[in-house]
Amino acid sequence: MRVNFTVNGRPQEADDVWEGESLLYVLRERLGLPGSKNACEQGECGSCTVRLDGVPVCSCLVAAGQVEGREVVTVEGLADYAKQRAEHGGCASGACGTSLQDAQQWAAKGQDSQTGEGTELSPIQQAFIDAGAVQCGFCTPGLLVAADEMLERNPNPTDADIREALSGNLCRCTGYEKIMDAVRLAAARQSEGV
Amino acid sequence: MDFLRPASWEEALAAKAAHPTAVPIAGGTDVMVEINFDHRRPEYLLDLNRIGDLYEWEVGEDSVRLGASVPYTRIMENLRAELPGLALASHTVASPQIRNRGGVGGNLGTASPAGDAHPALLASGAEVEVESAERGTRLIPIDEFYKGVKRNALQPDELIRAVHVKKADGPQQFSKVGTRNAMVIAVCAFGLALHPETRTVRTGIGSAAPTPVRAKAAEEFLNAALEEGGFWDNGKIITPSVAKQFADLCSAACNPIDDVRGTASYRRHAVGVMARRTLTWTWESYRGARRTTEGAA
Ligand SMILES: Cc1cc2nc3c(=O)[nH]c(=O)nc-3n(C[C@H](O)[C@H](O)[C@H](O)COP(=O)(O)OP(=O)(O)OC[C@H]3O[C@@H](n4cnc5c(N)ncnc54)[C@H](O)[C@@H]3O)c2cc1C
Repeated sequence: MRVNFTVNGRPQEADDVWEGESLLYVLRERLGLPGSKNACEQGECGSCTVRLDGVPVCSCLVAAGQVEGREVVTVEGLADYAKQRAEHGGCASGACGTSLQDAQQWAAKGQDSQTGEGTELSPIQQAFIDAGAVQCGFCTPGLLVAADEMLERNPNPTDADIREALSGNLCRCTGYEKIMDAVRLAAARQSEGV
Repeated sequence: MDFLRPASWEEALAAKAAHPTAVPIAGGTDVMVEINFDHRRPEYLLDLNRIGDLYEWEVGEDSVRLGASVPYTRIMENLRAELPGLALASHTVASPQIRNRGGVGGNLGTASPAGDAHPALLASGAEVEVESAERGTRLIPIDEFYKGVKRNALQPDELIRAVHVKKADGPQQFSKVGTRNAMVIAVCAFGLALHPETRTVRTGIGSAAPTPVRAKAAEEFLNAALEEGGFWDNGKIITPSVAKQFADLCSAACNPIDDVRGTASYRRHAVGVMARRTLTWTWESYRGARRTTEGAA
């Protein structure tokens, strides 16, 4: 079957989708967006977390056909998504977003704190780099999407809020302390308007 | 496989009547796991996401009519006052990502003995509203809904429209044993609701029998003990021997198995502990509420 939906603010079409296929599979294998990670395929690890109509979900547990006509944001579109939110309070459909090509070539270059060079990242992405919250990196995309959504809802989270919001994302390197630091850093920067 | 995408409740019922083997998919948090792991290859998937009615709830005089697909997150956010037991249970389900998708309709559809909504529904009192194109609507009392391990009272052409859950008329609690606070299937779970209006107590036990069950002998014992001692009126602390007897009867209501999550004897023991604790918590809060109303009068 064919599925039409919006990915990172741009309309996309996926063809020859098997009816039992997950949204995660469509993103990775049909649209060439490997940012959302495929690990447990049973919703336990959160590494495939994306926003579906704004809500964080495990894309491995959403049937492809269920996203017809709906909006998905993946980690590849997070920088633009956060930018639009900061500047305009959101994205008016089509006017912004990340093209499939840009998304496919997306790399976390980040901004060098000395030279200021590099690509603009979302505040949460920059905070993960600055706090050293990335080890093997496999859980990072899911954590970024989940953490960014929490900061959107709850700009001044307590540690308990952060732990709960990220309780569906596992880090097998067990680097949770640095991840906590990164989210606290992003929240602090957000409240200072940096 | 075919993907059926009804746009309305009527269309969904018609599709289920035409294809009784079709597997409904709501949040997909049970169905997609089975498909991803090749445990299930349904001929038809029947997507319920486009049916807006299933995502709504109505707060009535005595009960809440909760649409089958209302996600746990919404229940926690919006129905904590009306359905405290179910809201507490919802909060213990998995993780935010799962709670954003999964709901009570799917929990009832799967009818796992470990489903967290069940003890809360049993304790508060509920009816499952199911419908078929041919025979229309029927209300199944929650006590008659669970038929066996992962089996429920639905007919092949029926879908769950909503659950009618009695609004709380007193304190409710939910307790669950697991290895972590998040992302944990219950080793066992316990729900308790005090119903001061009828001067009764209701229970629900999860993951300690082939189906979710009530501890009926324990309820009867406690109802009689509370009545005899005039506890509902005098608001006294429940006698430890009464609490102990109640806990023992709750343990006795279990019919558990040994599995990877825990042994049968541990489950029996833990259900007793949870029964005693939840009784203490709810009774303390009942006494507290009595004191405030009396103080105000
Ligand atoms: C990682 C993970 C952790 C989990 N942790 C918990 C937990 O802690 N506690 C817990 O209770 N559960 C847990 N679950 C199981 C699951 O999330 C729940 O059972 C949830 O309530 C299912 O809801 P759903 O909408 O996603 O159901 P779906 O997967 O869409 O459907 C489940 C079943 O119900 C049927 N169904 C759905 N809607 C209807 C309807 N309207 N009419 C008729 N049949 C219907 C489906 O055909 C299917 O058989 C977990 C699942 C995952 C993946």
